[in-house]
Amino acid sequence: MSSHAHLENQPLPAEPERATLEGRNKITGFWLFLAGETTLFGTLFATYIALRNQTLSGPTANELFDFELVALATFILLVSSLFSVLAVNAMHKHNVKALQFWLFATVIFGLAFLVLEIYEFNHYTELGHTWSKSAFSSSFYALVGFHGAHVAFGLAWIASVIGQLFKKGLTTVTAPKVYVSALYWHFIDVVWVFIFTVVYLMGKVG
Amino acid sequence: MDWLTTVDHKKIGILYLLGGTLFFVLGGIEAMLIRLQLMFPESNFLDAQTYNEVLTMHGTTMIFLAAMPLLFAFMNFIVPLQIGARDVAFPFVNALGFWTFFFGGIMVNVSWFLGGAPDAGWTAYTPLSSSEVFSGKGNDFYAVGLQIAGLGTLMSGINFLATIINMRAPGMTFMRMPLFTWTTFVSSLLILFAFPPLAVGLFLLTFDRLFDANFFEIGAGGSAVLWQHIFWIFGHPEVYILILPAFGIISEVVSTFSKKRLFGYSSMVFATLLIAFLSFMVWVHHMFTDGLGPIANALFSVATMLIAVPTGIKIFNWLFTMWGGQIRFTTAMLHVVAFIPTFVMGGVTGVMLASPPADFQYHDSYFVVAHFHYVIVGGIVLALFAAVFYWWPKMFGRMLNETLGKLAFWLFFIGFHLTFFIQHILGLIGMQRRIFTYLAEHEGWAEMNLVSTIGAFFMAAGVILYVLNIVITSLKPRNASADPWDGRTLEWTLPSPVPVYNFKQLPLVRSLDAFWAEKMAGNKEMTPAEPVGPIHMPSNSILPLIMAFGFFVSGFGFMYAKHDFANDFVRMLFENHIVSIGGLVITAICMILRSLIDDPGYHIEPEELESKGVKA
Amino acid sequence: MLVLLLSLALAGCSVAEQATPLNPKGSVGEDQLFLIQLSLGIMTFVLVVVFVIFFYVIIRYRQRRGQTGIPKQVEGSHKLEITWTVIPLILLTILAVPTVQKTFALAKDYSEANDVLKVKVTGHQFWWEFEYTDLGIVTSGDLYIPVGQKVFVTVQSADVAHSFWVPGLAGKIDAIPGVTNKMYFDAKEPGVYRGACAELCGASHALMDFKVIAVSEDEFEQWVEDMQTPVAESDAVRGQELFEAKGCLQCHAITPDGKSMGPNLNNFANRDRVASFRPNTEEWLAKWLDDPQEVKPGSTMPDVGLTQDEIDALVEYLYSLDNQQ
Repeated sequence: MSSHAHLENQPLPAEPERATLEGRNKITGFWLFLAGETTLFGTLFATYIALRNQTLSGPTANELFDFELVALATFILLVSSLFSVLAVNAMHKHNVKALQFWLFATVIFGLAFLVLEIYEFNHYTELGHTWSKSAFSSSFYALVGFHGAHVAFGLAWIASVIGQLFKKGLTTVTAPKVYVSALYWHFIDVVWVFIFTVVYLMGKVG
Repeated sequence: MDWLTTVDHKKIGILYLLGGTLFFVLGGIEAMLIRLQLMFPESNFLDAQTYNEVLTMHGTTMIFLAAMPLLFAFMNFIVPLQIGARDVAFPFVNALGFWTFFFGGIMVNVSWFLGGAPDAGWTAYTPLSSSEVFSGKGNDFYAVGLQIAGLGTLMSGINFLATIINMRAPGMTFMRMPLFTWTTFVSSLLILFAFPPLAVGLFLLTFDRLFDANFFEIGAGGSAVLWQHIFWIFGHPEVYILILPAFGIISEVVSTFSKKRLFGYSSMVFATLLIAFLSFMVWVHHMFTDGLGPIANALFSVATMLIAVPTGIKIFNWLFTMWGGQIRFTTAMLHVVAFIPTFVMGGVTGVMLASPPADFQYHDSYFVVAHFHYVIVGGIVLALFAAVFYWWPKMFGRMLNETLGKLAFWLFFIGFHLTFFIQHILGLIGMQRRIFTYLAEHEGWAEMNLVSTIGAFFMAAGVILYVLNIVITSLKPRNASADPWDGRTLEWTLPSPVPVYNFKQLPLVRSLDAFWAEKMAGNKEMTPAEPVGPIHMPSNSILPLIMAFGFFVSGFGFMYAKHDFANDFVRMLFENHIVSIGGLVITAICMILRSLIDDPGYHIEPEELESKGVKA
Repeated sequence: MLVLLLSLALAGCSVAEQATPLNPKGSVGEDQLFLIQLSLGIMTFVLVVVFVIFFYVIIRYRQRRGQTGIPKQVEGSHKLEITWTVIPLILLTILAVPTVQKTFALAKDYSEANDVLKVKVTGHQFWWEFEYTDLGIVTSGDLYIPVGQKVFVTVQSADVAHSFWVPGLAGKIDAIPGVTNKMYFDAKEPGVYRGACAELCGASHALMDFKVIAVSEDEFEQWVEDMQTPVAESDAVRGQELFEAKGCLQCHAITPDGKSMGPNLNNFANRDRVASFRPNTEEWLAKWLDDPQEVKPGSTMPDVGLTQDEIDALVEYLYSLDNQQ
């Protein structure tokens, strides 16, 4: 590993996340991981599509979904993704304060999304749409729940990155962590767009 | 202790070799049990339930816990050396990958002692596997154990990809990489895209079994065919994940021992990519009898036949590599030479299987069993033995005994054909798969099954000799030179065994077959691409082992959450999910520690390199 | 009928026992054999080519004793690459055309056809149920068909995935719960053809055989009539009482079209097998009644703790279910 560059005493490069081999490896590795996650969610989508009409005696998609709530949640998540873009921009400008602010905003909005989703699931269970009700309900919670779990994990991750920025500042070691967690957050957002379309839109209309 | 905390790709490769061999022997014992039971009609050597468990574990163990890890052993050890790198992109994750495989494998096998092994076949078709009504707790171990082991495989796939993309030595373009590295790369791409569907399938199966979900619950609207689609979208690429690195090994060994460059290198690379791409387009050929309809069957039939073309290209390129060469029949080369006709036999029965109307007869009969053993044992296992003999000097600094190796080979090879050729016939006269016994009244079955079992004894004898060879060799002092075979690729430029830092100086690559090119130009060594300097190494860590253990504990927690324990305290722990969540917490804490505490690693100074005092 | 069956068994046995995918006695099986032979032929040609080159190379280019020097390093050959790409493609096309054609031909749906015998097949753990929908007959184990007539089966499962396979006549089709599959086949010669389950379905997957019994049209008509007119009274009074008292009737219907959780036992005396795969003799029937798990592990046939006396009575009763009077 002799190409590991000791850059503590030098000025921070323009794209600090790519300045070291470790950083470049992390970014490459993470894009690859996201490719794998794409097939993972793809399989969950396929399962949902195959089983979405098997509602038995439980409520159907059309009966369950409330567009207002879902639209609000979607808006919140999309905005949080915008915030993470602004965060990475700030990082490239080496503006650590702004970086921390925008990451914090991302987490707040992400939390709001999660709260709405928990409220939504709770409401559904009251209507009889529980995990074990039918093949439709199982596949709904598997797909949307898996996404929610990804959101929760992402929030914990970004929070930890914020903490590390406070402790160690922006370096060629912390920069890749910011970049990669932002990639993850965008991915979660893109998956949500598909969920919104396939589950909620198609559920109400199709 | 070093072995429990290592993040060195070479040591991890050796760990995979040990783990894979352990499970290979287990799977081999399971195979012997199967053959012993089927030796005579209406035998009661094994009862029906036990037989179903043995056959399930034989397949599951051999594919997931033996073949994959053994291939990983070589991919891990050799690929960084072949591309001129000092380790893989993520050494920590590499170790984590090994330990999750190991604990996953232990979990699947511990079922034997905890009420019975999985019994629904390695393919675990639902609802036989998904409903408590139809199958016992053993299948919990299948779902959870393989999930954990599969995580490790996925991690390693990403690791190899990032390594090959980012860490090739200066001058090594993609089209100058050795074929073994290429096939590792492509196989890792397959892992990346095929293992997530398996993960989802196993999650769905786990949810149905442990958490009252309804994915495969027919009465609640679930679909049995859905499982088959998900499983085979993984399952078909899986067999190409296995065979492509084997193809890579063949290319290396054929080239070296014919003293010729690989014939048609670009075609070989292209064929590898084409095989990988097509492997995602054929999964329904495992489901021709599901009643999906003639359009689906016809489409997938044609796609399946097409895969024969790039595979055939490879066979001919190997033959023409040997053409005009000077062939040395070392033990490694003997295995490779045997591979070629054997694998082609397996491949042609694959084309026969690709025709749906004919497959309506072959499917789920011994014809299929014969086909896949020809390509897996006659293909992958022969390639693995070749790799063992070829790369053993580099890995351990010793030469395996050639005479013993050749004897083992002949026993194994003859046994193999005895066992499996006759199974084509058994299938064609109507013997189904996965039957624990058969009636004496079936003409010819008893005689043919007896022959098949006799072959298995030969194979067992061969395996014993292989293992004996390794044991005897390990007791001898180190005797291998850096380049015992007059090799062509970068790993042969390093001492045997390899120092922990691999390359004192990263090499400058000027051609395909980088080392051979230097030899032909009159050089004894590679031209370095950098000055001698301190080498930065990553630190050891116990966290990967603990993280994998956390998953292991958590798995048990979920599987036994509703179990009726005698001891009240233990029951409380499981019922309240303290064990299941606790296991995940252990893993999470390790992840947090890993994230928060940066690893500075350590340096090896030039003085230590010059004195060659640094041991591997 | 028993005599007829016996002589059939002796004559047809030697034929039917040898009926396999390689020696089919049905039109569908013949079509499939054609494809098996075509693909085998093409693939043998490929094997021969590869083997010839292979043996030539390993003999001719062995390193000779004392041989040194470096052989000519050949990068490749475009011509050869094209050759061994194009020729396999041509060979595959030769195989693909009849494959696709027969794939569609075998998928023909005869559910609306008139001169076709329709049977609804249901796989169970571990036995096969056959319902002749147009004839009001429900039976198990023995699938009687007239020689030369198309039989159209719709195949389902009552529990896990099974697979319906008569290797001597045609290929198989899976019996998957929640799905209804369709297949047609025929028998061109009379005989008793072995049927088997070809999908791992539990402990006794190996033991759920069935028989396709192909007979002349007249004999088939006779069988239908027999099945539709069960015995009015049985002399085995004690056995009949036990059959009800011990709960057998709850699972085993004995009326021509009775559906039940277990196999319909109408005309049981003339069944080819007991418990799907054992010879239909007093000895095996008694064993089956005495210890079902011993005969067929995992079977849902309960052990109700019958005494030897009770078993004998029930055996007498079951053999009185003989509609050939």
